[in-house]
Formats: sequence, structure tokens, C-alpha cells
Amino acid sequence: MRTALVIAGKDLRQRLRDRSFFLFALALPLGLAVIFSLVLGDLDGESEVFRYGVVDEDGGELAGTFTDQFLPAVASSGVIDVEPVESVPAGRQRVDDGELAAVFVVPAGFSDAVQSGQPVTIEVIGDVDATFGVQVAQALADSYLADVASVRLAVAAAAASGSTTDPAVLAERAVAVPNPLPLVEDPARSRALDSTTYFSAGMAVFFLFFTVQFGVSSLLEERATGTMARLLAAPIRPVGILVGKLLTSFAVGVLAMGLLVAATSLLLGASWGDPVGVAVLVVSGVLAATGVMALVASLANTTEQAGSWQSIIAVVMGALGGAFFPVGQAGGLMSTLSYVTPHRWFLQGLADLSGGGGLGAVWLPALVMFGFAAVTGGIAILRGPKLVRV
Amino acid sequence: MQPPVLVCRDLRKSYGELRAVDGVSFSVAQGETYGLLGPNGAGKTTTISMIVGILARDAGEVIVDGEPLTPSRVKVKSRIGYVPQELALYPDLNGRENLRFFARLYGLTGQQVNRRTDQALEIVGLADRAGDLVKEYSGGMKRRLNIAAGLLHDPKLLVLDEPTAGVDPQSRNAILESVERLAGEGIAVLYTTHYMEEAERLCDRVGIIDLGQLRAEGTRRELVSLIGERDRVSLDAAGDLARAQAAAAAVPGVQTAEAGDGRIELLVEEASTALPSILTAVSGTGVTVRSVTVSEPNLEAVFLHLTGKALRD
Repeated sequence: MRTALVIAGKDLRQRLRDRSFFLFALALPLGLAVIFSLVLGDLDGESEVFRYGVVDEDGGELAGTFTDQFLPAVASSGVIDVEPVESVPAGRQRVDDGELAAVFVVPAGFSDAVQSGQPVTIEVIGDVDATFGVQVAQALADSYLADVASVRLAVAAAAASGSTTDPAVLAERAVAVPNPLPLVEDPARSRALDSTTYFSAGMAVFFLFFTVQFGVSSLLEERATGTMARLLAAPIRPVGILVGKLLTSFAVGVLAMGLLVAATSLLLGASWGDPVGVAVLVVSGVLAATGVMALVASLANTTEQAGSWQSIIAVVMGALGGAFFPVGQAGGLMSTLSYVTPHRWFLQGLADLSGGGGLGAVWLPALVMFGFAAVTGGIAILRGPKLVRV
Repeated sequence: MQPPVLVCRDLRKSYGELRAVDGVSFSVAQGETYGLLGPNGAGKTTTISMIVGILARDAGEVIVDGEPLTPSRVKVKSRIGYVPQELALYPDLNGRENLRFFARLYGLTGQQVNRRTDQALEIVGLADRAGDLVKEYSGGMKRRLNIAAGLLHDPKLLVLDEPTAGVDPQSRNAILESVERLAGEGIAVLYTTHYMEEAERLCDRVGIIDLGQLRAEGTRRELVSLIGERDRVSLDAAGDLARAQAAAAAVPGVQTAEAGDGRIELLVEEASTALPSILTAVSGTGVTVRSVTVSEPNLEAVFLHLTGKALRD
């Protein structure tokens, strides 16, 4: 262990003299977090309220349920603001003018179609510059239509069982039946990161993968510059050299993340959550990043090759893992694939923490990232003899 | 004869079909400077790499200060100081930081680190530039610091792999003086070079290596006698040169004598021994000797004789 500490001490001294460390570890992530927050989110910590319009071309009872009950209920949460719009052209104009993020259009014949079992839609006219707002509007429309489908299913089931009650009455009753599964809020799961914290964390974990490159990659550099010969000639075991390099990556990673957590909290007002939980996530995230980058370096033959491969892996995993945008909200394959990256688990853990959870909320993301570290780092260590040689 | 600090027996290393080192054996005694002389690609660095333990050998044995060097006995390496051919230094650390790092790697602690670092810097004449970053050093200074890094732990055996490669004549001389001083202090030195002049100046014994094989070894005199070469003595003289030639030829140790064009050319077994008698004999004939030139056969000739090619081919 003494050997590893001596080597890590030397490497850290070298790293801290290298201005690129501060560029990748602090300046770039901090700068990009500011830019992303300004462009895509708010910096004052308050949630954006999406402004919507609604055009009721149907005028029926079920259209009224959407315009007068469903949307106002959502609006009462403060997330959206809804106002009636007299016509589709007027709504489209207001969207084009940027006054509204989207306009819901309940088409004529909507209520009749629902009662007669015909397919129904609620059209969403969106502002191309308000992607999130349109996504939220579409999700609300889909949610309401899903409720309608549930009610129709309930009515159909009643009719099939021989009920003689008027279907309209049955529908009203179905709507009125309380949800048999009470929705209990799970603070750790129901909360999401505010945009400043999200982009701060996203950029931090993205650049972490660049920051920790130095450690194991420097083995290739030691070989290229000839210093590896002197290390191997010393009365130390080769594994001590490898452990020293891994230790350097870990120390540099923790230092960079610590600086970023502090800087984004102080300068941008990011809310990282419970310090102990954040520390666990940072440590497990740094270990995972170190393991992944060590594995990539162990497959390369030269410093340049390792740098190229590591950059590609860092960018692809960062994008896939949601460092730039919340891929989890995209759903489908992208969301599923994001779970093969430590980035997603790191951000997931922070989101869970933001819900007020402590250590209990981050154990799964931390465990998964430890797993990443164990598997990738383990393979890198097994490939150690290929790296620690002249 | 001092006991050997280094014993190599039947060292072998192959890369595929290529036998880089093929059965090399030699030993270096305490206080002795042993030179491995051979052209680039002869197997010098591969041999050295196996001796210092940075390259696994296919066969053979390395014994340092009485203990075999094996992968599991890394402590033995603490008796070896290694100066690799490449500059094994960190350019973004200063000279002192480089040495302190290597000192710690060799197990030195506390005040030992500072004391030995200062001593090594003094030995190579870099004490006044110790605080400068290595990337600001000249090529010669880097070479000297490279040597200092091999001396930190007070090794019994110093292994230098072409330490003067690519340095200016002044720095080369400073490096050679350092090696001479270290050998004088009793350290065993293994020195590889393809410069015949360095081998002749520094080495008590020389091993001629080519194509991975040790072709011959011994003192310069032993190697020269091995191929039958003799010292050449040239007298610039005036007078009856034919008579002087006959007188010189009669001196014991003189093999041949020829006169002409104001000169007498002699081939002598050992010029340093025979020269006083030659001068006495020639002067006795009334011939005036204006100047004497003695040319001893060099290792270049030995190498050419043994391998059929020049050292720098």
C-alpha cells in the first residue's frame, strides 16, 4: 500500500500542476451547467409554469369533463395555467406568437364518439420552441384519454354482465368510483431534480469520466516516456503501481466532484440533497467511472488510443445516461438503455435524494455503481500485467 | 579479486523466432567496471533489462550480491541502481521532486530521502538547479539527473544503459567522470555502450556482444592479444635510418621494423614496456628521434575481427 500511496502522491502533484485538470474538473462542467440551465431551465429554482389554451369544438358533457374538471385540477397544482381559446386558428396564432406553449383541441363529436365506443383523440398544437411544454401537454391529453378508455371498459363490462342501467349512468358511476389503489406519495420517487441541480449533476458526472482518465492512462504514458522501466526496476510489486494509478483516478475524481458540488451549490444554488447521501453517490460514481476508464485504457496500446476511446465512451455513456437531457422522460428503449450507464444511476440517486430521502434512498443506485466499479475495475486489474510492463 | 556483486548465468530471451539474448554469462566484481560493448540491436539492453528485473527471462540466472533475483524476491532489486537508456524522468516535476519520488520508491523515508537526494544532486553537479522543472533542463542535465536517480539508494551494483547517448561532449565527459568516481568508491558498475572510446576509458573488463551472444570478454589487453594485434610505434627520425631499424628490431618484444621516408615503423608486443629500450637502441646508432607516436590496437579492431562488422554498423 505504501508503494501505491507514493505513486498516487506523485501523480496527484503532476495532475494538480496541469491546467487541463481544472479545465475538465471545474471550469467546463460549471460553465456548461450555467449555459444549460439558462437555456433549458430556470436559475432561480422556481419551476416553470406552462401556459396552455383549450378549444372545445365539441361542447358535450365529456368534453366539459376535460376542459372544466381535468385541466383545472392539474392547474391547481401550479404546474400549468390553462385558458379557453375560442378557435383553433386563434389558438394556433397564440402558439406561434409564443404566448402559449400548446393548445388542446377537443374535436367536435368527441362526447358522442366516447359514448358510442368510437376512437377519440384530443389534438395538441405545440410551440416548436417549447419542447418540454408540448411534451407535458401531450402527456396530459394521453392521461385523460387513458381515463376515458378505462371508463368505457368499465361500462362495457357492466353491459356484458347483463346490467340494464343506462350506459351514461354507468359511465358517471365509473368515473365516481374511487381508485381502489390509493396513491401514496413516495417522496424519494416522486420528486425530480430542479433544472439547475440536474444540469450541475449531469455535467459533473459527464466530465468526471474525463477527469479520471489520467490515472490508468498514465500507465501507458509511463511506458511511452520510459519511466515505467525505472518503476519496474524498483523493489516494488507491479500490482502496487496499478493500484497507485487507480488510487490517483479515485482521488482526482473525488476532488473534482467535491469542488463541483461546492461550486454549483454556492454559485448556482444547486440543491444536491443530504450530504451523506451525496457523498455515497459521489464515491460510488467515482469508483464506477474509474473502473470503466481503467478497463478502456487496459484495452488500448498507446496513450493516444486510450484517450480517443475513453472520450468516445465518456460522450456516448454521458448522452445515453442523461447527462445532457433527461432520457428517462423519453421512455421506451432510450430510457431502458440508460440504465447500462453509471450516469443514469448517479442522477437517479440524486433525484431520489432530492425527494428528501437519505442513505436509504440511494442504496440501490450506489450498489449498482459499486457493481460497475467491481466488474470493470476487476477486469482492468486482471489485465494489469499487460499494462504494467515496459 | 573482490567477490562478484553480479553473476549472470546463461541468460536467454527470445521474441518469437528471434533470439535477442542467447546464453549470455558474465560477472562483475565489487569496484569493477564491466562494459558490454556492441552495436545497436546486439542485445545489450535486453540483457540489462533481465538483470534489473524489468523483463522476464526465458532461462538463466541472475545473482546480485549473493542472492538470486526472481519475480518474487523484489527486495534484491534494492541493491541495484538502474540508469535506463531513455530519460526516465518526469518533466513536469523539478529535479529534487523527481529524486525524492524515486528515493521513496526504493524505501527511503524521512531524512534519508532528503540526505540522499542532496548527495545524488551533488554527485552529478545539479544541486544548484534542483528546484527547476526537468523540462527546462538541457539534454546533458537530464542525462545527469537520470544517473542521479540510480544512485539514491546507495546501490552495490550500478547498471547504466548507454548513459551518454545523444549528449554533447562536455556533458559526456562529466558523465564519464561521475562513473569513474563511483567505481573508485567501490561500487560495481555494469556499463553498456556502442562507443569504443567509452569502453576503453571506463571499463576494467569488456564483454563483446553481438547478435545476442557474448563473443569474447576480458581486459582490453586480453581482448587485443586474443586476435593477435600488436602496438604500433612510429619514430620520426633523422640520420642513418637503416642502422637504427636494425638496432630497434633487435629489442625484445619488437616483432617487425621498417624504415623509410624519415620514419621507422615498429610492431611491438607491448609498447609501454619496450619503448624505453627502443629509444635507447635507436639513439645509440646516432639517429636523432624528433617525435614518437604509439598506437595501441583498439576494441574497434577487436570487434571487427570477432564479428566481421564495425561497431557502428
